[in-house]
Amino acid sequence: MSDELRAAVAAGVLGSEDQYRALLQSIVDVARAIFRAKASSILLLDEETDELVFEAAADEASGDLIGKRFPSSTGIAGFVLVSRQPLVIEDVLSDPRFSRETAQSTGFVPKGLMAVPLLHEERVLGVLEVLDRPADTRFTLAEMELLGLFANQAAIALDLLQRARRAHEALRGDGELGVISRLAEKLEARREEGSESALRLLAELERLL
Amino acid sequence: MSEELPAWSLSAEAAERIALPEEWPGEITREWAWGGATGAGARVCVLDSGIEAGHPLVGDVQKSVAISIEGDDVIVEEYDTEGDLCGHGTACAGVIRSLAPDCELVSVRVLGAGYTGSGAVLLEGLHWAIEQGYDVINMSLSTTKQKFASLLHELADTAYFRRTMLVASAHNMPVESYPWRFSSVISVGSHEQEDPFAYYYNPAPPVEFFARGVDVEVAWNGGGRLVCTGNSFATPHIAGIAALVLSKHPELTPFQLKSVLYLTATNVGGGR
Repeated sequence: MSDELRAAVAAGVLGSEDQYRALLQSIVDVARAIFRAKASSILLLDEETDELVFEAAADEASGDLIGKRFPSSTGIAGFVLVSRQPLVIEDVLSDPRFSRETAQSTGFVPKGLMAVPLLHEERVLGVLEVLDRPADTRFTLAEMELLGLFANQAAIALDLLQRARRAHEALRGDGELGVISRLAEKLEARREEGSESALRLLAELERLL
Repeated sequence: MSEELPAWSLSAEAAERIALPEEWPGEITREWAWGGATGAGARVCVLDSGIEAGHPLVGDVQKSVAISIEGDDVIVEEYDTEGDLCGHGTACAGVIRSLAPDCELVSVRVLGAGYTGSGAVLLEGLHWAIEQGYDVINMSLSTTKQKFASLLHELADTAYFRRTMLVASAHNMPVESYPWRFSSVISVGSHEQEDPFAYYYNPAPPVEFFARGVDVEVAWNGGGRLVCTGNSFATPHIAGIAALVLSKHPELTPFQLKSVLYLTATNVGGGR
């Protein structure tokens, strides 16, 4: 089975990407909590348009942050994306070119930020940011390690999200993958009432193919 | 000078010709390594987001180059006027100058044209920098793309044999990335101390040295300063110290330079 086909069938059974969104939301919520920060967000790289897209946010003024797009080389997140290096910066305000437009358009201008690349195998999926951790505590390497571990988890979640999206694209329309996933969906729905005859039919079809 | 040396084998009468230009002392101390040195004469290249010339913590930048790729063509803009597109390159340059104030600084900008193609630009930028024969190349960048790994490996070895010391940021995440993992470069991670001259040899590589990388006050765009943490700020500490050593001992090969850094590391012979 191709990855796409497998994903399409799985998505037909599992349903929407809502669960993945919930997972991402939980990651930013927990990231914000463990670093006692004011905000946290995940930006995903859209390779087709070469843009970073906000996928999840936990902050005081998140508003309609989700879905906002920025050029992939914008500001500190852009550097983290391209360099694969995590950065922790205090007092971002003293950097006049820290994408102030970007920050202001999101309704939130941070004083400090931690940004870490979301790496999955050899791909860079995006950037996890934690904004405005308490200024009274000195940053430690232990926190850096925690940030890296966290980013790893977020990257796995993002990879799942992207697979789900590819699956939904494959499901759209009347293509052959659509048929297979609809079949899987119907079989799943009939599980309670018994679907022996349908399964037998499919087994015959498989033999025929 | 290397052309006059026996390259592939050493005949009996040739042994004298490869005598070291300077006697290697019985004990390598920091005083021997860089005492009185200012970095003068050492050429340091910062492969990054550009450098803001004239920043109070950076001073003059001797050359600014930008690398880009259009189609199959590599464009080398030899008089880049964009400065620093992020602030990070300026930060690295400021750290290097704080340790080696009189070194020559060259900026090779490999960022700015978006994410797509950034790996290829990084490769071309490094290629260009090695061809210029800089003494030290500071590289706080890496790629995770396997297809670039063997090319980067070749470039890192070429640099090593041409007496260019590549100093690269290690990764603090469980991910394979390059070129810092190659043994022909110096890879740098962070320690938490405040002394910019405190650096440690790591007997369990691939990270070879630890340098100051936590809460470092660095130069940033617009003449600004920021307090930053990350291995990419530890790296220019080692690059700066390497520039000091090379300004006093320009004859050192990367192997010898690495040996000197080992022998003068804080946990080896440092402080003497």
